[in-house]
Amino acid sequence: MIPSSFDYASPKTLSEAVSLLASRGEGAKVIAGGQSLIPLLKLRLASPDLLVDISRIPGLNHIETSGEFLKIGALTRMTEVEASELIRKWYPIVHDASVLIGDPLVRNLGTLGGNISHGDPNNDMPAVMLALGAEFIATGPAGERAIRARDFFTDTFTVSLSHDEILTEIHVPMCTPRSAGCYLKLEQKVADFATAGVAVQVRMGRGGECEEVGVGLTAVGPTAIEARKAEDWLRGRKPSDKLAVQEFASLAAEESRPVTDIRGTAAYKRQVVGLLAARALRKACERVRGA
Amino acid sequence: MAQRVPISVRVNGTTREAMVEPRLLLVHFLREELGLTGTHIGCDTSNCSACAVLMDGKAVKSCTVLAVQADGRDVLTVEGLAKGNKLHPVQKAFLAKHGLQCGFCTPGMLMSAYALLKENRHPTEEEIRMGISGNICRCTGYAKIVESVDQAARSRNWE
Repeated sequence: MIPSSFDYASPKTLSEAVSLLASRGEGAKVIAGGQSLIPLLKLRLASPDLLVDISRIPGLNHIETSGEFLKIGALTRMTEVEASELIRKWYPIVHDASVLIGDPLVRNLGTLGGNISHGDPNNDMPAVMLALGAEFIATGPAGERAIRARDFFTDTFTVSLSHDEILTEIHVPMCTPRSAGCYLKLEQKVADFATAGVAVQVRMGRGGECEEVGVGLTAVGPTAIEARKAEDWLRGRKPSDKLAVQEFASLAAEESRPVTDIRGTAAYKRQVVGLLAARALRKACERVRGA
Repeated sequence: MAQRVPISVRVNGTTREAMVEPRLLLVHFLREELGLTGTHIGCDTSNCSACAVLMDGKAVKSCTVLAVQADGRDVLTVEGLAKGNKLHPVQKAFLAKHGLQCGFCTPGMLMSAYALLKENRHPTEEEIRMGISGNICRCTGYAKIVESVDQAARSRNWE
């Protein structure tokens, strides 16, 4: 399969990339690892006039803590996320997702920024970022702005970046003591889209109650979904309380909006969401205790 | 038609320069422009990894990389594994352990196995299975493929 024809630019600086996007309007598209975009180009589901390859722009590939945030450059490859000791130790939920994305070859090229800004509800990192309460830094002609994860995913393949903005950095709130998370997904085979995925991040109080909780859902709606009712319910309650966890799981299932397809019926997927939510919560709590 | 752009890619140790259409896929560049037909096109939909090559030392699907993205990079194809008539230990192990049936997925399997062993010389069976988890063998000959990679890991004279 051969993509339709397009022009190609490989700018060396961010400002050059932004000007190119601004000058070409909606017809220009950013490419980084290309692991989501190139399959779409080949199927001609996308046919941009211009590809702006940002992968050679320096300064967009890093994993560091700074101020209140863990800052990850948008061009950080999934394999680099996977290999990061910092992430493995302090943000196991991100590590969980990094090893579940695509397959090893996809992860060698696919970037964190691409997984997020592609806006595919089947991608794993959006749910994780919702659970973590992350912020995304967008760079455009007017400079930088921060967009909260919960305001970012507006529709299927649609995010709140304007056509001349580039997602440049991901900011995850700094990990506090007694906090951890877990991401679980059910997939039929490696590199398939998830039947469903659930991300749970918790911060525990000294009394064993959840002080803070974030829940994100993958592949069960038009976008990744933040399960806010489940979050609100669990806040202040104890994960050791089996009935409370049951209610948490069913609220998460209720908030999912799956459709029946080859991977299962909507009702089945809703059950999977509930099950994964309870399991992910249990694992997150275990990790808090182990930390 | 879009303007052609110049690329310079080091393929199996030799620098190859060309003017290419931006939409040209790396696999087509390798097979059609350079005549390196050892790299196979299996599914053409980014699923099977029969087209796997190494780019800057990492296994990638050459049907899901634009040739322009490989500009300035180092590419290793299955043709680059053997030294003259001397097969690479990974190739020898596939031969010895019957790691292929129809052989169509084999170039990709070899490249994924090579990439895995380059970073992890003594993988467990689990790590081998994860390492080749992106490669599909429709003969389903995975047991022998895993044995082959394990055999390769045990061979000496690995470069």
